[in-house]
Amino acid sequence: MLDRLRNPWSDNRAELTLGAVSLLVCASVIGMIVFVFIRAWPIFEHNGLSWLGPGGSLKTQLENMQATSVHPPASAYHLRAWPIIYGTILTTGVAVVLGIVIAVLSSIFIVELAPARLRRVAIPVIRLLASVPSVIYGLIAILVLVPFVGNHLISSPQKTSVQNSVQLTGEGLLVVTVTLTVMITPIMIALICEALAAAPRSWREGAVALGLNPLRAMLAVTLRAIRPAIVAAAVLATARALGEAVMISMASGASFFTPNLSHGVPIFLYEPLRTLASTIIDFSEGIGAPALDSTLYAFAALLLLSAFVLSIGGYLIKLPLRKYQVRG
Amino acid sequence: MSAFVPDFQAAPPPRSGRGQRSSPWTWRWGDRLVLLCAWTAGLGLCAIAAAIVIYMGYRGIEYLTPSLLVTRPAIGTSQAQTGGILDPLIGTLLLTVIGIVLAVPLAVASAIWVAEYGQVGRARQAFARVVESSIEIVAGTPDIVLALFGVAIFQLGILAPLSFRAEGGGVYGRSFIAAGAMMSLIALPPLFVATRDGLRAVPMHMREAAFALGKTRIATIRRVLLPSVRSNIATGVTLGVSRIIGDTAIVVLLLGKTLHIETQGSTPVLGLLRGTGSSLTSYVYDNSPAGEGAAPQKAYAAAFVLLLFVLGLNLLVDRIGRSNAQSTGMSVAGGIV
Repeated sequence: MLDRLRNPWSDNRAELTLGAVSLLVCASVIGMIVFVFIRAWPIFEHNGLSWLGPGGSLKTQLENMQATSVHPPASAYHLRAWPIIYGTILTTGVAVVLGIVIAVLSSIFIVELAPARLRRVAIPVIRLLASVPSVIYGLIAILVLVPFVGNHLISSPQKTSVQNSVQLTGEGLLVVTVTLTVMITPIMIALICEALAAAPRSWREGAVALGLNPLRAMLAVTLRAIRPAIVAAAVLATARALGEAVMISMASGASFFTPNLSHGVPIFLYEPLRTLASTIIDFSEGIGAPALDSTLYAFAALLLLSAFVLSIGGYLIKLPLRKYQVRG
Repeated sequence: MSAFVPDFQAAPPPRSGRGQRSSPWTWRWGDRLVLLCAWTAGLGLCAIAAAIVIYMGYRGIEYLTPSLLVTRPAIGTSQAQTGGILDPLIGTLLLTVIGIVLAVPLAVASAIWVAEYGQVGRARQAFARVVESSIEIVAGTPDIVLALFGVAIFQLGILAPLSFRAEGGGVYGRSFIAAGAMMSLIALPPLFVATRDGLRAVPMHMREAAFALGKTRIATIRRVLLPSVRSNIATGVTLGVSRIIGDTAIVVLLLGKTLHIETQGSTPVLGLLRGTGSSLTSYVYDNSPAGEGAAPQKAYAAAFVLLLFVLGLNLLVDRIGRSNAQSTGMSVAGGIV
């Protein structure tokens, strides 16, 4: 008895307590997935999977949902969300592809090319770029980039040529993609730099000894060896870009318009759009109308699902690349 | 999929000796082009970061006055009448405290379990894998999804007393507790990973020495292991704090971005925790042209304060990492995001 008072944490009890806390963490994660899918169910129930496709005006569909009362009729659940899914794929895809190229090049710069003094400055600076909150990126995008694009890049003939379908103000695909690229590149740089620094130097030295110049040896040998790390970085960056809500909600023009390639390439880049995550935050004021709620949860479920598919996909891509893997 | 990154300290070894390096001027054009692109990309990113900091600093110094920091926001038609950012500042601090207070015990306890107990026995290893993957799922979940999850659970009948109640009795699941609880989920992954990696890096002979002296496992954890991973936990806390103060979506959905901090009920502390308010991030969002306030000068001022916090936290991570590297010879995985 006295022993128990002196030493209240017996080993068994300690392990059980710590294990219970871990169980709580797991339970809340499983709870999250279950909750989101349960709340999203009515949309799947009324639309099947065809809500992912095109059809009708998404704007009127969402306004109908907002207008209905606590007991919405089945017709209020009608949803065809293709415009914002297209917007999500477009912004994420372009930003990630651009981001990979820039990240690989700047990682080579940081690890290999930059003089030691410059490297000491560049590393914390790029790390800072990764930790700037997205609302600050959004603020800069909407107060600096959007006026610049709207006043200097878009000419008035371009504005009048599409004025029947959409107003070009500068808010749109171009500003969103550029800002998103700046946001996700530092995350990739961090992972790629780590892998580059960990790759055995002797492999490259061998290539140089065989007559390649140092840069070509870097590209041909080291970069090939760290492909798993590049895939991991791309997966992480894609997840980040998919979930970015605040910056896109501020800079995208918040319109259900789908950028239309038939308008020609420069105009296409200036056209406004919406993504899954930014739509959730734009319509968060309307939470409380059951039909709209379940739509927003359906968008969230789609985001969760794609994050899941991404990490599985990344794992599968990495498997055959592991032959020359150095780390990760 | 956790977002952890090295502090790049593994610098490449020194360049090869004099005269052995081929000059880029003798290379093929394609190679020279790649070299040029690499320099442009690296320097360009540094320039973008510098431009952001300098521009925000310029705007911040232009619009931020000391009185702005201590006055409460007000409703007004012009930017001169809309008051200061005291309430958002308090909101940010309160959310950070709630989030960290909830996240630290959860993250540290589960990291200890995974690193110290979850390594032997098949069932335990499996459970440790489950814990680690759930934390990875949280790390990969967008904050907007976490915010919606928060709305869903805090609207439930049992948890309704924890959140703000509107005039008609409707429960929207909005309160400092609700937002803080979701913030703790955001801070969980960096804390967990920092602690777990710290524990794994502690040499086995330290545990063996403690066991040999007759200490029990939990006593070893408390007296030997936890003190030696203190700086890892500190790094994790700093990373968690910087994620919490930078988050907007959770605040917008779960705190209600009201102008003033509004308490619920008359109990002093509980009333505040059950009340609604705003944070610096939601204040910036709301006062940008995208929001309702449309007071860009106030938005710049608040964003500048926010950026100062982020800069300070970045420096802190660096310093903790460096002092730890000096004292133990190990480098902490200082991270981004």
